Amino acid sequence: MSCWDTVQAYAFRSLGYGEKLLPKTDFTICQQFTLIGSGLIWNVYFGLIALCTGFFLANALALAKASRNPWLRKPAEAFIFVFRGSPLFIQFFLAYQILILLPRAGINLFGLTIATSWLTKAWAGALIVLFLNTAAYSAEIFYGALRTIPKGDLEAADAYGMTGWKRFRRIEWPTMMRLGWPAYTNEAIFLFHATTLVFFSAFPAFQQRGDALYYANYFADKTFNPFVPYPIVAFYFILLTLVITGIMGLINARLNRHLPGNQRKRIRLRPQLVR
Amino acid sequence: MFLDCSAPKTLEGLAWASCYLTSGKHIDFYWAFVVVLALLACTAPMALMFGYGGATAARSHSLPVRMFGKCYIAMVRGIPDIIFFLFFVIALDQAIEWTKHQIVCPDWTEPVRQGLEFKVCPAAKVPQAGTAPVVHQIYGFGLAVVTFSIVFGAFVANVLYGAMNAVPRAQLETAEAYGMTHRQVHRRILVPQMWTYALPGLSNLWLILIKATPLLFLLGVRDIVYFARELGGSKTQAYEYPHPDWRLWYFLGLMAFYLLMTWGSEKVLRRLSARLSKGQATAAGEALRKAGAVA
Amino acid sequence: MKTKILASGAVLALMAGMASAQTVRLGTEGAYPPYNFINDAGEIVGFEVELGNELCKRAGLTCEWVQNDWDSIIPNLQSGNYDAIMAGMSITDEREEVIDFTQNYIPPASSSYVGLTADVDIKGGVVAAQTGTIQAGYVAESGATLLEFATPEETVAAVKSGEAVAVFADKDYLVPVVAESGGELVMLDADVQLGGGVGMGLRDSDDELRGKFDAAIKSMKCDGSLDALIARAEYFGPEAVVFGDAGKEGC
Repeated sequence: MSCWDTVQAYAFRSLGYGEKLLPKTDFTICQQFTLIGSGLIWNVYFGLIALCTGFFLANALALAKASRNPWLRKPAEAFIFVFRGSPLFIQFFLAYQILILLPRAGINLFGLTIATSWLTKAWAGALIVLFLNTAAYSAEIFYGALRTIPKGDLEAADAYGMTGWKRFRRIEWPTMMRLGWPAYTNEAIFLFHATTLVFFSAFPAFQQRGDALYYANYFADKTFNPFVPYPIVAFYFILLTLVITGIMGLINARLNRHLPGNQRKRIRLRPQLVR
Repeated sequence: MFLDCSAPKTLEGLAWASCYLTSGKHIDFYWAFVVVLALLACTAPMALMFGYGGATAARSHSLPVRMFGKCYIAMVRGIPDIIFFLFFVIALDQAIEWTKHQIVCPDWTEPVRQGLEFKVCPAAKVPQAGTAPVVHQIYGFGLAVVTFSIVFGAFVANVLYGAMNAVPRAQLETAEAYGMTHRQVHRRILVPQMWTYALPGLSNLWLILIKATPLLFLLGVRDIVYFARELGGSKTQAYEYPHPDWRLWYFLGLMAFYLLMTWGSEKVLRRLSARLSKGQATAAGEALRKAGAVA
Repeated sequence: MKTKILASGAVLALMAGMASAQTVRLGTEGAYPPYNFINDAGEIVGFEVELGNELCKRAGLTCEWVQNDWDSIIPNLQSGNYDAIMAGMSITDEREEVIDFTQNYIPPASSSYVGLTADVDIKGGVVAAQTGTIQAGYVAESGATLLEFATPEETVAAVKSGEAVAVFADKDYLVPVVAESGGELVMLDADVQLGGGVGMGLRDSDDELRGKFDAAIKSMKCDGSLDALIARAEYFGPEAVVFGDAGKEGC
């Protein structure tokens, strides 16, 4: 089997297409690269969806935490503390344990049956955990940014007679984004790294469809040689990190497009918040 | 209070629970908390050391050293820590034995690598064959500490690198104007001042380090997650204390432990940050000065 | 020159000393009752521990037990962290390629399905198995949908929670689980023979050690003590498959 055949057979194996059985003997580097790359689709799926949806919740949470109303502030603070204060590994485990406690047949609500079984699948259950988790971390970043908005900006907004929603949309929110963006880039990187924990901690792999680490584990298990598959995953993740840094850098440039070129701060990668 | 735990299957209620919670395995579980704390205590200074080395290397004037420092920071940052933990410990163990092999047995003729097998001369085994199991455990713990330190050292290096660059340029130039050598500037001006800039990043790293400890079991250390799984899993009659699946409760316990650690650390770090800001040319330092002036 | 000779003499003496008091380290998982598990006192116990200690006695070796995660149990053997594996490891062709096995100390045993009812669909439904076991490989090929978990514990939990219709594992592991489930779980009448029995795994290059253990296992098969140990109630029980007369061939 040539390498191209292998790619055709296994490139989308993690989604259930192509060859049904995983290779069992005569493992080649090509197979390892293809299957681990195929698994990376899941990492990208989890990371991308959680990041995009978590962004909105994070904004809401940051505002709630900065609010003067204790009914908004206290729950937001508690949510952020619990998700930032405990290891993701344990969050995954607990989420899975709680999700399987839901009745299998579905919940009967006013005559409507709401199916619950899909929640225990990794694509939904793990995604929910990652969504909540990244929302908590990003909320803390945005909250920090919100508090460091220069006083002058707000005073200028007052002088123009801007209040309420308009002031928030035109002044506060864009500044918050600009200030928080470098740290948010880090959060994005570490969110993608954290997706490797999905199949590792609690969620079972279905029909041998898993993420990059799942296949690396498979090969390490079959070839008894950890020194090939894990470095391949590492290689893929370095690439992924470069891509994320690039995209976030472009957005950063757009956020700061009003500044003269020499004043735009390049994103300095500082691990502000990781899990 | 003395409990007779010799026949646990006849016990009930509180007596059963107290015997259960003091079984040998539970004592091991409680010790595992100490192991985790010990690991944190050993890793933090070591990671600081690695990080300091990495940051200094990344700012070096010599190109190869600078490249090395930057590569170290970028490499480790780009790779999820879990993947490092999965193969790095075995690699580190083999590297140590290989180095010792080169020194102790220069006349060894057999190849060290035979297929997948890794075989050094018996004198080069670390620890030596026949040493007590506790030595093996300490060695395993040591490997875990070094692995953790290398990974977190890269993060520390990143923070310190940023902090060194944040120290106002004018301060360094003033020092140079006073005729201080490069080394003196580094030691007397740069390093003492960088801490205040590094502290927010370092406090975050400390919290991250705490939250990375559930991965310790990957490094072959029997940590709290290992015991929570082991103890919580349902037990058949082959065990003295049969019970159904209780892992949920054990993991809730771990969650509480971690939340408590985070909460405590945040309090301590906030105080430390206030102390370090004293007399510094930063917004926080300015705020402290003003508060002091009012009082 | 003299000092050098002295030094190398010391090294030789050291090595000789080690050879005479050879400590063999045995690696096990400690999470697979009744083969090997950690009891409530925190000690490694089980069938393999008792057997291993007896084998070491017969072979004149001092042995100590090392606990290691299942996932990295073979790489750590090859890396020299212990000298032999006794962890309910079935003798398979795949493993035979990278390590050596002694003769089996448990005859080829059955693997079974366990489900909530006796009529579950094990050919088309979702079947749980432990990652990296021969059973997982078998389920993947059987046409059923494989659901993989890291520990045997979780595979059984998956059936109870309804995640999977059945679990596929060593029969010896499942029998006590079913017996104590209070009728919740049932054993399906669909046993499969997999692997060449359970043996002790050693490095390819350790032929001498393998010879010693092989001889010890054979001697236990010959005097019937191995069968007696397997059939002990606390391990596999009187109904377990034993070697019987087949084990006594060539004694």
